[in-house]
Amino acid sequence: MNKAQQIDVAIIGAGPAGLSASIELKRLGIKRVVVLERENEAGGIPRHCGDFPFGMREYGRVLTGTKYAKKLVKSAKNAGVEIWLSTSVVEMRRGGHLLLVTNEGTKEISASRIIYACGVREKTRSARLISGDRVQGVLNTGALQQMVYLRNQKPFENPVIIGSELVAFSAIRTCSHAKIKPVAIIEEADKVIARWPVELYAPLMQIPLHRSSKLIKIIGSNKVSAVEIKKSNGQIKTIKCDGVILCGHFIPESSLARLGHLEIDPATNGPIIDQFGRCSDPVYYAAGNILRPVETAGWCWNEGKQIANWVALDLASKLQSRHILTKIEVSKNVKLAVPQCLTGIKENIGMSHIQLRFDRLMKGKLILSNDDEVIYSRNLSVFPQRRILISLSDIKDLATIKENSPIKVEFIEA
Amino acid sequence: MTISQQQFDNPKQGELASDVFDIAVIGAGVVGCAVARRFTLEGAKVAIIEKASDILDGASKANSAILHTGFDAPINSIELACVKDGYLEYTKIHKQLGLPLEKIGAYVVAWNEDELAALDDIKAKAHQNGIKNARIISAKLLAQKEPHLAKNALGAVFIPDEAIIDPWSAPYAYLHQAIENGAQIFLSCQVISGDFDKDIWQLKTTLGTIKTRYVINCAGLYGDRLNKVLLGHSSFNITPRKGQFVIFDKAASNLANSIILPVPTPRTKGLVVCKTIFGNLLVGPTAEDQSSRSNSSTDEATLKGLIKAGIAKIPSLKDMPITATYAGLRPATQYKDYQIEIEPKNNWISVGGIRSTGLSGALGIAKYVYKKYSSLGQKHDKINRPKLPKPTPLLAQNSKRAQNSKRDWQEKDHGEIICHCEMVSKREILAALTGALKANSMAGLKRQTRATMGRCQGFYCSSHVTEIADSYFNKSKKQKLKNE
Ligand SMILES: Cc1cc2nc3c(=O)[nH]c(=O)nc-3n(C[C@H](O)[C@H](O)[C@H](O)COP(=O)(O)OP(=O)(O)OC[C@H]3O[C@@H](n4cnc5c(N)ncnc54)[C@H](O)[C@@H]3O)c2cc1C
Ligand SMILES: Cc1cc2nc3c(=O)[nH]c(=O)nc-3n(C[C@H](O)[C@H](O)[C@H](O)COP(=O)(O)OP(=O)(O)OC[C@H]3O[C@@H](n4cnc5c(N)ncnc54)[C@H](O)[C@@H]3O)c2cc1C
Repeated sequence: MNKAQQIDVAIIGAGPAGLSASIELKRLGIKRVVVLERENEAGGIPRHCGDFPFGMREYGRVLTGTKYAKKLVKSAKNAGVEIWLSTSVVEMRRGGHLLLVTNEGTKEISASRIIYACGVREKTRSARLISGDRVQGVLNTGALQQMVYLRNQKPFENPVIIGSELVAFSAIRTCSHAKIKPVAIIEEADKVIARWPVELYAPLMQIPLHRSSKLIKIIGSNKVSAVEIKKSNGQIKTIKCDGVILCGHFIPESSLARLGHLEIDPATNGPIIDQFGRCSDPVYYAAGNILRPVETAGWCWNEGKQIANWVALDLASKLQSRHILTKIEVSKNVKLAVPQCLTGIKENIGMSHIQLRFDRLMKGKLILSNDDEVIYSRNLSVFPQRRILISLSDIKDLATIKENSPIKVEFIEA
Repeated sequence: MTISQQQFDNPKQGELASDVFDIAVIGAGVVGCAVARRFTLEGAKVAIIEKASDILDGASKANSAILHTGFDAPINSIELACVKDGYLEYTKIHKQLGLPLEKIGAYVVAWNEDELAALDDIKAKAHQNGIKNARIISAKLLAQKEPHLAKNALGAVFIPDEAIIDPWSAPYAYLHQAIENGAQIFLSCQVISGDFDKDIWQLKTTLGTIKTRYVINCAGLYGDRLNKVLLGHSSFNITPRKGQFVIFDKAASNLANSIILPVPTPRTKGLVVCKTIFGNLLVGPTAEDQSSRSNSSTDEATLKGLIKAGIAKIPSLKDMPITATYAGLRPATQYKDYQIEIEPKNNWISVGGIRSTGLSGALGIAKYVYKKYSSLGQKHDKINRPKLPKPTPLLAQNSKRAQNSKRDWQEKDHGEIICHCEMVSKREILAALTGALKANSMAGLKRQTRATMGRCQGFYCSSHVTEIADSYFNKSKKQKLKNE
């Protein structure tokens, strides 16, 4: 490794987004691309998703997460990407300077551009404010997957699964792989969130589904011994179990930005970006699930790839400057929007869509307005945690949008 | 490790140690650890007996981690004397023992006219208690010093010497020093009963009999029970007072430069907002009386209330993620003051009701107790040059806890970073799993290293930490079985 050689692009995080960005950058002829990964193995979250389906978009076939991660890493290495393992980025500094920690101690590196791709994690018991005893045996799906797929550990025998997002399906599969038998799935909403496959799979595994039920208490002295749930009719039920798996409620792993200088969007909890994935400090870009909770590996992979193209243009001084044309602001029933701002739209490049998310099932009208003028509207139904895309080319008069006046995104329930 | 009913009914027969100790300290909370250190340094042969598998499993497991000056302690109380003395000794020894100290000062903030009117009395009391540099500051100055504080703050008493410390490494260091100088620790060892023959106590424990001339009851939440069972009487009764906390993300820590205190009520010091030595921001504790001595559960409604109260004082907390929630139990009694009593005819000292200032007071309490003990004519040969605890990466890191100074991860050869949120290295984890006070449980390991206690609460590392720790826990389990 030539230390003196300037790093063109440093990428923080070797998950699908970071790796695909690195591969694309090499393909585009960028000289030195370094991926920094704090774990001792690259691949990100898919490393410990021992299950299907990964890889359709990328490799045209269905792979387990583990195999998929290995393939991605191999592709990156073949492309000439440097992957530095056991390398934690602990500070992102203005202008593209990073503070790293390795077994040799700390060191600072600089790169012309940086892509921030640290992914998401699930919300913890503490952050969910769940009542009850502070006992062992309460885990997020991600921790369970690592235990089961990476280290052959079995933290419990009969847990309850909290939540029915898609990741609950992974939780069930992870359990069955380890011969763990969940005793219940508990969902606060009156409908299962990931109807396929959770609704299909739970009966198959003979796991009772409790809808309209909220986990109100964890009970135990050393380890979990039971949970209390409350039905929407007020009825309280105790379920015996020896563990709790907290699924979903994803949150971007954006502490580096929060502790540093990049602006954060309180709605996504990720960095604020323009349509090129560019952050408030234009040396920094961001890609993958750091941008918003939550997308599939395939989506993140594609996002990394696209953003790599704009980074390459930027390195060649062919990207317009980050002069904010308009902010995209969410209100009324809309949970989040990405990107959060547009910086010039004349060139036909950049993200083609605005991505939206909603908290609950609703029917109604989605309206975008600028300076009190409706520039887009559509009737539709939205589902919790599912993506809604608005094509930028469908927005009326985007080219003549009023500068400094935000695009307001609202949803009027029917 | 929990103690089985069978073990409880039939304490192990046979002697656990052949020697007769001068002193048996029952309970390894912060008070017991400090008392064991003091008596050891004064030359006594000390046993410290703890029922849990790791020390600090009771009241000392969760607190606000403030080193109080005593500015608001009851005038002329034992508590005041001990807290002042404890503060003094901590500031003297912390560097030697590798313990952090951040003197960030505290503001007792008035949020309404009544509270504003009360500031004069608070300052006067502080002065009377010997905290002469306490002073009243205007709303304007307060806003300059604490720009994130809500704008309706009307003024404050400033106490420059209030400080924050690490609630766990301090008692660990006290006990490490005691052990280094000859004290013996018995873990997973519950005192069940005892016989006294006017000279020597035979303490029956779940691990066997321990003989000692004097007993010092530092059993915290169980102090009254221990008195009743072994002495037949207790002059105080414990009613645990729970305190729940919310810990905000590290990004929130610069929202308060000092400790933000409310004007206290007679019952509690009230809700504190302050940064922790680990670089987070804490809001709490509540004060809820309960009968259970072990139930430190949290509840959603109370935690939501804490968050709301925190935001009312520091509006920018609104967008800050929450790192942790927990609760601690104060060993409160029917009295306000510490209950420190000596019964010379029973060779018994009871150190009870160390309710809400034990972390600050511990070193002072230890001195106070030793003075009482020696005033009865009890004497030992003081250790002239007491040894310091052996340096380990763990002890080395304690002094570096304070932000902006180097920790183990910044040094070479730390192994690898295991807990990314708290930046805990493999070398630190291994240090906590070996040595005189090695962790015997995940809870103990967490208290010594903070692994899994950061923002992701183990999402990324709990499997890794478990893997490393389990191999050590299993090793000692096997060892135990072999010995039995
Ligand atoms: C528990 C769980 C299960 C999931 N299951 C599925 C599934 O079955 N199918 C699916 O399609 N999607 C799943 N996802 C979504 C998942 O986020 C995406 O599949 C994908 O991993 C996102 O890619 P990414 O590159 O954005 O982030 P990640 O894959 O999360 O990669 C981020 C990388 O950044 C590294 N990193 C973080 N901080 C630093 C730092 N400071 N310094 C250096 N490195 C750092 C991390 O170690 C990690 O390797 C799941 C997510 C979770 C949390
Ligand atoms: C919410 C809260 C906030 C606080 N904030 C602060 C603060 O900011 N500053 C401050 O100075 N103080 C604070 N305190 C007070 C401080 O934490 C306590 O005063 C202190 O921890 C009391 O310690 P202890 O050693 O007396 O009791 P404990 O920590 O309860 O220790 C007693 C030990 O004895 C053991 N034991 C009991 N019975 C037996 C037996 N039969 N055999 C063997 N072992 C036994 C127990 O397992 C336990 O480990 C706070 C307390 C709480 C709860």
